Amino acid sequence: MTDVGEPHGTGELRLNKTPDGELRVTLAGKWYMTDTPPSPDMVRNEIETFPEIARVSFDARDLTGWDSSLLTFLLAVIDFCSQRAVPVDREGLPVGVNRLLTLATAVPERKGTRRSAGHEPFLARVGEYAIVFWRSTREMLAFIGETFTALLRLVTGKSRFRGSDLLLVIQECSADALPIVSLISLLVGLILAFVGAIQLKLFGAQIFVADLVGIGTVRAMGAIMTGIIMAGRTGASFAARIGTMQVNEEIDALQTTGISPIDFLVLPRLLALSVMMPLLTLYADAMGIVGGMIVGVAGLGLNLREYYDETIKAVSLTNLWIGLFSGFVYGILIALAGCMRGMQCGRSASAVGDATTSAVVTGIVSIVVATAVITVICNILGI
Amino acid sequence: MNSPAPHITVRDLTMAYGGYVLQRDLSFAVNRGDVFIIMGGSGCGKSTLMRHLIGLKEPAGGQVLYGPMSFWEAEPEERDRMMRRFGIMYQSGALWSSLTLAENIALSLELYTNLKPAEVRDIASLKLALVGLAGFEDYYPSEISGGMKKRAGIARAMAIDPEILFLDEPSAGLDPISARLLDDLVLELRDSLGTTVVVVTHELSSIFAIGTNSVFLDAETGTMIATGNPKRLLAECEHPTVRNFLTRGEAKAAAKPGEVPAPCFLT
Repeated sequence: MTDVGEPHGTGELRLNKTPDGELRVTLAGKWYMTDTPPSPDMVRNEIETFPEIARVSFDARDLTGWDSSLLTFLLAVIDFCSQRAVPVDREGLPVGVNRLLTLATAVPERKGTRRSAGHEPFLARVGEYAIVFWRSTREMLAFIGETFTALLRLVTGKSRFRGSDLLLVIQECSADALPIVSLISLLVGLILAFVGAIQLKLFGAQIFVADLVGIGTVRAMGAIMTGIIMAGRTGASFAARIGTMQVNEEIDALQTTGISPIDFLVLPRLLALSVMMPLLTLYADAMGIVGGMIVGVAGLGLNLREYYDETIKAVSLTNLWIGLFSGFVYGILIALAGCMRGMQCGRSASAVGDATTSAVVTGIVSIVVATAVITVICNILGI
Repeated sequence: MNSPAPHITVRDLTMAYGGYVLQRDLSFAVNRGDVFIIMGGSGCGKSTLMRHLIGLKEPAGGQVLYGPMSFWEAEPEERDRMMRRFGIMYQSGALWSSLTLAENIALSLELYTNLKPAEVRDIASLKLALVGLAGFEDYYPSEISGGMKKRAGIARAMAIDPEILFLDEPSAGLDPISARLLDDLVLELRDSLGTTVVVVTHELSSIFAIGTNSVFLDAETGTMIATGNPKRLLAECEHPTVRNFLTRGEAKAAAKPGEVPAPCFLT
């Protein structure tokens, strides 16, 4: 008889070979995963080195404690033995261990369940991206189309949503946004004035700071800054709200109740934001001009009245209309982006996070693209 | 493994949300190796009682003791150590959606043991095999069915071989055969590992199949009205609420007018 033994923390493993080809695995001490129990490799090596081993049996009389680590050890040994067609005698194991081993092997692994870890080839991945891109483009177009038909239904009075929902959304995306819009617009006005003042001072033309701030804010910056604030604030909130409803199956419940989720969830948000954005833009314009005025009066020594008159002279009504129209367009885009990403949301917590991120990105990108388009059109029209 | 001292002792526990008292004067003991059922009608505070036992909610009054130690009077580190000996399956599974099933189980093993990654993986696979989910290691919770999520939830609860397994409505939403398999699994774990199991449920078949001891919470009076082995309660308890509950309303028991029915605390 040969003895191989190795004390391993508190769990002990001893291997004895009998002359008739039996490998006796003696388990002793406490086998707990917290004390690094012995590894099944010792048994594996023994069986590989001595092909004359015909049977494996266990002796667990000195085993004083065990947990799952013993089970994983035994499963590995049993698995290896069955690959080598070496019979295993489980008699000597404690009853509890035997029962759990039976339970663990009771439901065989279903074929095709396990996933291969291999990487997809490059072309396959490119193809997959292309398919996903095409699918998401179609989804986007379908969503816009559905929203448009819902709007038509609204005009003909066939669309259903609750008036109180509309009022709540209006409050969320107008009055509740005033503090942040005030702060950002005022600061943007200040920045514009400072940057302009440095150049204009060289020519002694400080008074034109009023023109710069007035036209810049009213025609573009007021609407753009409000749009970006609202994309981050309200667009994200739309996506998170609708996405969570998707996770909770609330959208499914709406559909099966016969209520179009587009009518019920998207329309009030779209209406609220497209009506409120021009108003917020107007407010942001005023705050921006006040910001410029602070720099003009306090920093450049201009007269308040003088600054006011210059602003009135510079800013034409056309500028204001372009700014307000931009705000209106941004409102539609932000609402669509937020609601669309929410509706497309998957059914898990991380999907809601992805939807929110995606709503903000889509919102801001579409604002920038829309600004470019509006600018080009204005250029062509000569206004 | 058996010791005479109860594993969990609840003493004069009062549960309240703000000023609203849900249940008061709860006193019972759970012995080692018990399958202890918390039962009662909907809304009587079963899940809230479990939240008190697992340390998620502080009692408004009274004590929860693990062995001789009072949970809420212990130092925070000691409390963490106690909580580490619990395995908890939440009603909806509550699997972490951004982790695969194997990672869900591996997380506590990685935190609380010094096992090598391969060993952690082996134990995670073993736990999944024990609940009949062999081969699903790399699946995300969103990719498996509701019943599988429940079983994966149990596998996660068993990750570090807890001394006490808490199961919140384990068989709700499962088909009868899966529910039966789950009951068998609970008994198997109790018998082979000596785990104490606390189950919140109102599935009668489960209650009688696995329960060795129980507490019955009554929403109307706001306290417990029965304790003891469910089968014995069915045979011996005269309290109309308990009788109606345990017979699915077929006993049609009613209190005599003007009389407050006596609670039955079997020992």
